Amino acid sequence: MSGPGPGFEYIQELQGRAIPRASDGSRTPGWDQPADLTKDPAEIPDPAVIHVAPALRDEIEAAMARYPDRRSAALPALKAAQRFHGWCSPQAILEAACVMRVTPGYLTAVATFYDMFELEPKGRHSVYVCTNISCSLRGADALYEEIAAAAGEDGEINVRHFECLGACDIAPMVSVDNVYYGPLGKGDAKRLVEDLRAGREPLPELRLALRRTAASELPAEHEQ
Amino acid sequence: MTQALLFKDIDEPNLADIAVYERRGGYEQLRKVLSMSQDAVLSELDASGLRGRGGAGFPAGRKASFLPKGDMDKYLVCNADESEPGTFKDRELMQKCPHALIEGIVIAARAGGINRAFIYIRGEYEEQAQILDRAIAQAYDAGYLGERILGSDVSVSLVLHRGAGAYICGEETGLLDSLEGKRGNPRLKPPFPAIEGLYGGPTLINNVETLMTMPQILRMGGNKYAELGVSGSSGTKIVSVSGHVQRPGNYEIELGIPSREIIYGLAGGPPPGRSVKLWFPGGSSAPVLTAEDLDVPYDFDSLAKAGSMLGSGAIIVVDDSTPVLDVALKTARFYRHESCGKCTPCREGTNWTVKMLERIEAGEATPMDLDIMASVQEQIIGNCLCVLGDAMAMPIGSMIAKFRGEFEKHMQRAQLTGASA
Repeated sequence: MSGPGPGFEYIQELQGRAIPRASDGSRTPGWDQPADLTKDPAEIPDPAVIHVAPALRDEIEAAMARYPDRRSAALPALKAAQRFHGWCSPQAILEAACVMRVTPGYLTAVATFYDMFELEPKGRHSVYVCTNISCSLRGADALYEEIAAAAGEDGEINVRHFECLGACDIAPMVSVDNVYYGPLGKGDAKRLVEDLRAGREPLPELRLALRRTAASELPAEHEQ
Repeated sequence: MTQALLFKDIDEPNLADIAVYERRGGYEQLRKVLSMSQDAVLSELDASGLRGRGGAGFPAGRKASFLPKGDMDKYLVCNADESEPGTFKDRELMQKCPHALIEGIVIAARAGGINRAFIYIRGEYEEQAQILDRAIAQAYDAGYLGERILGSDVSVSLVLHRGAGAYICGEETGLLDSLEGKRGNPRLKPPFPAIEGLYGGPTLINNVETLMTMPQILRMGGNKYAELGVSGSSGTKIVSVSGHVQRPGNYEIELGIPSREIIYGLAGGPPPGRSVKLWFPGGSSAPVLTAEDLDVPYDFDSLAKAGSMLGSGAIIVVDDSTPVLDVALKTARFYRHESCGKCTPCREGTNWTVKMLERIEAGEATPMDLDIMASVQEQIIGNCLCVLGDAMAMPIGSMIAKFRGEFEKHMQRAQLTGASA
């Protein structure tokens, strides 16, 4: 087959537009965002037409080779595409689909399910603030507001509420570009944003990886 | 009080490095199982009485024995998705002692006659994933993984798979769909994964802590391990304590000690001047208990008898400074966000529960709403493919039952102050 296929225009039309999710942020798109049924579904993108950066292609192909079924590489492929494009744009999805030999629709369905895929253009740094139960009991909601206020309109810093990040021992905590820091106290929100803007590691002394287990720091009467 | 098996050397510097782990006796049990028969490994696990540490508490030895015999491709999947709110034990275990997990995986693979293993780690744990990447590469180089391990006829391959942020992928069949590269929607059971799981093949799914306990069981012997803990809940458990306590963190305990000992003794209890109002004994999916239940022994059966569950071993403590409504709303909103949307009772039930709680908060609710909300919870339980809906219904239902007076008082106060205006 020559040419990009009947769904290609639709993908082009989507360029720069976010992929829809339900209004409450859940994984179940509502009736208010129906698919356009007048359009043909997109087919598997034609590699002769779609340009994919060789490094991205290699990374996705290496991921596919790790599994008995190439489709298992959907998450690693989308992650790689997101990293290359800055966000999970329709173009990023199109390129990943082209290498994986699946339809863009298939990968769009996957991308809209997972919280770590950014479906809108976003800043270079991601700051996930855990606002689930344990962290919110220790002031995470106020912390989120502080960080968001400190970041202001800075498009480079992407501050997000996040569900339990599995670090309730250092609540309230943040994950900055996938590295965990906590517990954050007074003034840390501002310092976090300043460090990021200055290109430094944020709050280096609060890094989770530096901590010993809580059990090892028990008062003497609890030692075995 | 604290009993250290998994945590014995946990703070040893560079334990994540294979040389340090080997010096501490690491991979000796792997060598041992290579020369044991499959049945011998299974019977050690059976004798230990080890129950799954991920949440359901199913006997680990029995689960491994469900896999069919034969030469087909069989799969082991280590569930490292750990997204149950309040749970952070696997994170610490993988970060500090990744080789014990790899050793446990080979032991479990041997018990199930399995040749292909995967670790499904949640995407947020990128730091731990990188540590595991390195550890897996070291284990391959040392011959502990791959074809014909250490010259034996046992072969196990291991692939680390990163998730991308979805609570439901910790549910075993949702996890399998996610690992196959799909949306993480749970599957109808039966067929159970042991018969038809990953890529349609027989699949054993175990939690990180469960697998990391297996080398300890082999080292001590199943019968000796079973002497730890209490009847029906053998061994030790890593408990994650968080919320309103002075020393939040992971503690390894012998199962069956009083819950008070964990919350007050180890974690230091609530801040001075505060008292425990309610606590989740096993993650946010467990029905809440109150200060009256603090002396319940912390083990599977005692907590079940008290009307809750041990779950993932995550204790979240809420003190008397926090309104129960805030806790209920946080909990319900989380499950609404995480519902995959496949089953109606869960998709709609979580959404309507949030809406009703918001009505209560805004002062727009009537006492009848509490009854409706309670009945919604009852109608979710048992009516979905997986237990995500139940996981909201159980704590919310228990909060309405135990703190009804407080909900009603809030409703009246909110109406009087016209909070809805």
